[in-house]
Amino acid sequence: MTATLGATPTIVLVGHGMVGQRFLEALAERGLTATHRVVVLCEEPRPAYDRVALTSYFSGKTPEDLSMTDMEFIATHGIELYVGDPAETIDREAKKVTARSGQVFEYDALVLATGSYPFVPPVPNKDAEGCFVYRTIEDLLAIEAYAKSKATVGAVVGGGLLGLEAAGALKGLGLTSHIVEFAPRLMPVQVDEGGGAALLRTIEEMGLSVHTGVGTQEIVVGSDGAVTGMKLSDGSELATDMVVFSAGVRPRDQLARDCGLTVGERGGIAVDEQCRTVSDPHVFAIGECALAADGRVYGLVAPGYEQAATAAATIAADEADQLTFTGADLSTKLKLLGVDVASFGDAHGATEDCLDVVYSDSRAGLYKKLVIGRDGTLLGGILVGDADAYGTLRALTGSVPPISPESLVLPAGAGSGAQLGPSALPDEAIICSCHNVSKGTIRGAVTDHRCTTVPEVKKCTKAGTGCGSCVKVLGQLVTAELEASGVEVDKGLCGCFGQTREELYEIVLALRINTYQDLLDRYGREEARGGGGCEVCKPAVASIIASLAPTIGASGYVLDGEQAALQDSNDHFLANLQKNGSYSVVPRIPGGEITPEGLIVIGEIARDFGLYTKITGGQRIDMFGARVEQLPLIWTRLVDAGFESGHAYGKALRTVKSCVGQTWCRYGVQDSVRMAIDLELRYRGLRSPHKLKSAVSGCARECAEAQSKDFGVIATSNGWNLYVGGNGGATPRHADLLAQDLTDAELVRLIDRFLMFYIRTADRLERTSTWLERIPGGLDHVRDVVVEDSLGICEELESLMADHVAHYADEWATTINDPEKLARFVSFVNAPDTPDPVVGFVPERDQIKPDLPLLTIGHRPLEGSAQR
Amino acid sequence: MTLAPETTDLKVQLRLAEEWFTVCDLSRLLPGRGVAALLPDGRQVALFRDRDGRLYGIDNRDPFGGAAVLSRGLTGTHQGRPFVASPLLKQRFDLETGQCLDDESVRVATYQVRST
Repeated sequence: MTATLGATPTIVLVGHGMVGQRFLEALAERGLTATHRVVVLCEEPRPAYDRVALTSYFSGKTPEDLSMTDMEFIATHGIELYVGDPAETIDREAKKVTARSGQVFEYDALVLATGSYPFVPPVPNKDAEGCFVYRTIEDLLAIEAYAKSKATVGAVVGGGLLGLEAAGALKGLGLTSHIVEFAPRLMPVQVDEGGGAALLRTIEEMGLSVHTGVGTQEIVVGSDGAVTGMKLSDGSELATDMVVFSAGVRPRDQLARDCGLTVGERGGIAVDEQCRTVSDPHVFAIGECALAADGRVYGLVAPGYEQAATAAATIAADEADQLTFTGADLSTKLKLLGVDVASFGDAHGATEDCLDVVYSDSRAGLYKKLVIGRDGTLLGGILVGDADAYGTLRALTGSVPPISPESLVLPAGAGSGAQLGPSALPDEAIICSCHNVSKGTIRGAVTDHRCTTVPEVKKCTKAGTGCGSCVKVLGQLVTAELEASGVEVDKGLCGCFGQTREELYEIVLALRINTYQDLLDRYGREEARGGGGCEVCKPAVASIIASLAPTIGASGYVLDGEQAALQDSNDHFLANLQKNGSYSVVPRIPGGEITPEGLIVIGEIARDFGLYTKITGGQRIDMFGARVEQLPLIWTRLVDAGFESGHAYGKALRTVKSCVGQTWCRYGVQDSVRMAIDLELRYRGLRSPHKLKSAVSGCARECAEAQSKDFGVIATSNGWNLYVGGNGGATPRHADLLAQDLTDAELVRLIDRFLMFYIRTADRLERTSTWLERIPGGLDHVRDVVVEDSLGICEELESLMADHVAHYADEWATTINDPEKLARFVSFVNAPDTPDPVVGFVPERDQIKPDLPLLTIGHRPLEGSAQR
Repeated sequence: MTLAPETTDLKVQLRLAEEWFTVCDLSRLLPGRGVAALLPDGRQVALFRDRDGRLYGIDNRDPFGGAAVLSRGLTGTHQGRPFVASPLLKQRFDLETGQCLDDESVRVATYQVRST
């Protein structure tokens, strides 16, 4: 059949990968989807997904998570997307494409975005059972299935970027893993010999076996035809149950060759600066299948995106806004198996007469090389193990650095090692290459737009909102600019304290200060000493004292002595104040698991006290409309039935949600309910800078939504993955993976450290999500501290948590047994039996709601003082 | 005024039109916190005691939200003057004048308080 060609011109896109999808978006942005019929032929069984993040499938991401295709976008723009139906032939004379299904599409413009294919060396038995490539989600599913059922040893052919990722994935699947690389070092394209050596050492320390300088000669198979080993070029044989080929990619240009389009000597469809094929003005090629006008094939996604935008602009023929693609910067900064690897500019010293400056410390896995021109110009470089300087150095590339090159690569504190701050950069240096933001623009944000913090500058300039690799430099620039402009930044907590919350925490811990007055009178601002403090610092210090109570010798009970006067109103009454002066009550329901008897008790209490009941988002039950004098009566009954405070009123652990997990669910791989209960009972009552939410999911389907929590746990077949810094609410943030495949004990230990480090260093009312974004070094720094123990404080963090756990007591049980405290739960000190007449209720949907008109009676500000 | 020990039988009294109205024992007022008192005519007063033992009384109703909750707010010192922050939306009120520190058009009634 032939699709009819109507009056509307047709654009046919062959290939729906990342670049193809970006091309569709560019078409939509230019309004071309409204004026053109757009047909997409996609070979894979699923629409475009994030191939760059492919390996994250093994750390818990599902194929759905990786998807980059919003089906609503496809539908809204009337795009015809044929999934699993690749183009088979192109007839350029008739301008027709035939798909595998037999559908024929006539085109006015044809765009080839066919990507590349994995190169498999032509060795005997390369297609045997147990041989795989690493390119698509389907490849990964096959590798996973085989590794789990038939393999204990795996070998990866190729020690480049993808090869290392593949080897890491095999190791993550529990296999003994080997890397076989033909070149004499790992990552031969990005790093030189020295960098490869530093990388090798670090990778071997992770337990991966690396064989460099050897080629694969033959895949050895057993009698059943499945892989049993490999013969290598040095004559040795490596026993392995599976082989993953990851030895580079080649442009996928067969379709173009078949229809007579010009391709490069080493492959790639030749295009001009408009991304139009040199052979046919109606045919375009973009992404990894294209041989760009500068004679190179680009295997990175950013240049592919640029080509996609260029092709769309060319097709739009908008004279005012034409784009060209003449080449791209290949600078990269990666984190591979936890190791920083960066290369930029002329990394391999290809420029004539250039010189090297190298710092190498193989003991620490560090390697840094700068390539310098004869005249002192920085031409490029390689950083392995520590790529912190990447942002500054890349921006300096092409100029003569203001200080000697040696000092640029020496580590901080080593001898003469001068640190070249970003203040040395020229204004036109690009700091954020994702959004092309120059240093001058960032300075302007501080000087002209009065931004005083990194988040403000990010919002104002978009700098640092892409890959985030420049955030560190951004922070240094903002600080330097503020200092230069004489703005004194008062980082103090409030008008009473000149210290940050973190500094106060350190003071309290180091000096064992256990009262607020002592802290204020000794460490408060001069003018605040001896005063009453304020509503900002009192609860903040109360929280610090509560977090550290057992360690500093303070009472762990928040209503004891002076502490009672410091608590926010909600903590003071151990309940949540509502708009009419009544309170809500939330008993703890660990993990969301509750017996029928428990439900009945809550139901009876709510009925007897006439409370409004609602199920919360955290798998608990909230009871509203309690008068202050009813709180002890309600809690006496709750405590009798075995319930404890849910701390819904406190900046403390709220809830650990869970799905039913392995016990009931067909998909579950771990007992998520048990883990949620264990975690909730461990961290209950822990006071922190802000509330803490958590969840545990029993499999990667993530029904408990753990990735939107401060700390979220997702089960894997090998244990637990820990995610941190997630948030829902007004500024949602997906949590970041902190560590994977943890045992129960490892998981708990890591959460102990993470929470205590957060409590120690966060600002007041700073959730883990904003904390992670703010602290210098971000997630990497937190990982270094809590996983690698880079500050040597993990033992202390664990011991502080152990103190908390050992001294936990339910504050409601304590309160109902303390007559002096109970006396505070009255509406009127002189009429304990009289309820507050302003607190009233009216019916709604068979329950109560606040009687708001009661609040407006006499509700007008009085003029002047009435009686004095 | 001196800080009375907790065991004292001192009483907190409020000045009404022509007499002193006894509210409670001084020991019921925790330094830095408040309590609410109900007046014979139905008005509510928030009573506070600061760390130096000084006593203050203001109308208990939050003029912004309407609920009678000012006695449950956090107290503090702003530029040397005592204040309470409403537990509803955190507006601060000067305990001596009733003036809202965050909205100059708003002021709550104040009462004279003593312990005796």
